[in-house]
Amino acid sequence: MSDQPKVSVQNVAKIYDGTIVLERLNLDIEAGALCTIVGASGCGKSTFLRMLLSQETPSRGQILIDGEVLPSEPTPDRGIVFQRYSVFPHLTVEENLILSAEFDAAPFTGRLRGSARARARDDIAETLERIGLAQARSRYPAQLSGGMQQRLAIAQALLKKPKILLLDEPFGALDPGIRADMQALLTELWRELSMTIFMVTHDIHEAFKLGTRVLVFDKIRHDPAAPERWGATITYDLPLDRPGVQTYPDAKALFALKNTTRGDAPDA
Amino acid sequence: MRLINRKPSRVAAFALGMAPFLAAIIAYAVASHYRRLDNPADKLLPSLPDMAAAFGRMAFTPDRRSGDLLLWVDTLDSLERLAAGMGVAVVLALSLGILIGFIPHARASLAPFIATFSLIPPITILPILFIIFGLGEVSKVMLIVIGTAPVMIRSVAQSVMEIPRELIIKAETLGASVWQMMVRVVLPQILPKLITAMRLGLVPAWIFLISAEAIASTSGLGYRIFLVRRYLAMDVILPYVVWITLLAFILDRLLLMASRRAFPWYHMHGESL
Repeated sequence: MSDQPKVSVQNVAKIYDGTIVLERLNLDIEAGALCTIVGASGCGKSTFLRMLLSQETPSRGQILIDGEVLPSEPTPDRGIVFQRYSVFPHLTVEENLILSAEFDAAPFTGRLRGSARARARDDIAETLERIGLAQARSRYPAQLSGGMQQRLAIAQALLKKPKILLLDEPFGALDPGIRADMQALLTELWRELSMTIFMVTHDIHEAFKLGTRVLVFDKIRHDPAAPERWGATITYDLPLDRPGVQTYPDAKALFALKNTTRGDAPDA
Repeated sequence: MRLINRKPSRVAAFALGMAPFLAAIIAYAVASHYRRLDNPADKLLPSLPDMAAAFGRMAFTPDRRSGDLLLWVDTLDSLERLAAGMGVAVVLALSLGILIGFIPHARASLAPFIATFSLIPPITILPILFIIFGLGEVSKVMLIVIGTAPVMIRSVAQSVMEIPRELIIKAETLGASVWQMMVRVVLPQILPKLITAMRLGLVPAWIFLISAEAIASTSGLGYRIFLVRRYLAMDVILPYVVWITLLAFILDRLLLMASRRAFPWYHMHGESL
């Protein structure tokens, strides 16, 4: 496990209708990296993230996580936070956070009732405090600010304890002040959970501020007569010197569901 | 201030809203008055008190032959048919609409058929329904179903497809099965839109209800107005039309209120009609 990369991208290319978007991607990412991805618009950085999520499949090559080929559809081992539409608008903050526990515990109704629901709510109480939404627990996302919605989205993804967390311009729509707060929260959570994170951003300062490794996507060759012939690839792969990843056990417990909701649900 | 930035007060809005109704009533009363000056026995534009009396007779005087209070019997029968038809249409719209909108194979299989079926003018099927189901309740309910369900199915399917893909992917990464996504993500998100589809579906539903009752029935609001047409009984027909309109209006408002109460998250942005 120690010498095996967490994520291994092997000669991956993505081609849409004859247009090469990405090609010759080769990459090994070690566990616990916070890998930021920057590049011009349309250089395929979001496409790369969608392939990591299995929202799209590589046209060539393969992507491995822990030595295994990615499944062909999104699964709980990869969490995702999008720029928008990341939380469920018809559920309150609290309901958004217990949803994954409900999916686990109630295969048929997808819904917990009575004491099981009360326990699930207890389990996320600390998380609510942590992301500063305890006061807003019974509000709907439409009643939250953009920053609050993204905090909720990140917490919702982390509660599922994914192997890797994928962030697609998560702070792109936020005001600069809020964005700085969110960056600090993300860095904290990443340190505490020692998780592998991929983050697409169009803000190069953000990429260097947060990342332990910065990937720059760009086209290395350009044919003016046939622009579709050459795709983008990773032109710079910059490991940044960071203090080692530290873990705090109490913080891990914070995001660990206490495993009480599974097994004693009404229709489990 | 520019006209687009001037908003009426509550009182002014109410007065403005009532003005066209009042104008229509006054115009009718005037026209009726002058016709009856020429011919006091005029049946075409009966006076408002005459219509009120006829309506009162339908509502509160037992019918000589059957002993029923005709208005209430008619209303109940019509609403039962409407509810049965809309109920079946809603069940079809939810089940087929979610399948078509959510599952690509179901869409490939069902969407072209539903699209074609929805183009059949429903009233042309009415003779077929009468032949198959007889002249009873089933054929009237079926006509409402056939007239409203295809559009509602397509509307629900469209709403399902308009759910942002990000939300579905998020649910997948939270470990949801297809069924769990249907009941916890898709269904709750489209229910308010289903209510909108029902409110729009009620318009054709009323048309088909009245048509079916006019053609083959022994009770119902549509049956009554087509029956009394033979006697040029405008004093019954006009109040019945107003009554049907009022019922349709009340149903529409009830659905809107139910949506506001049940789905507050849906009504948080802006004003809706």
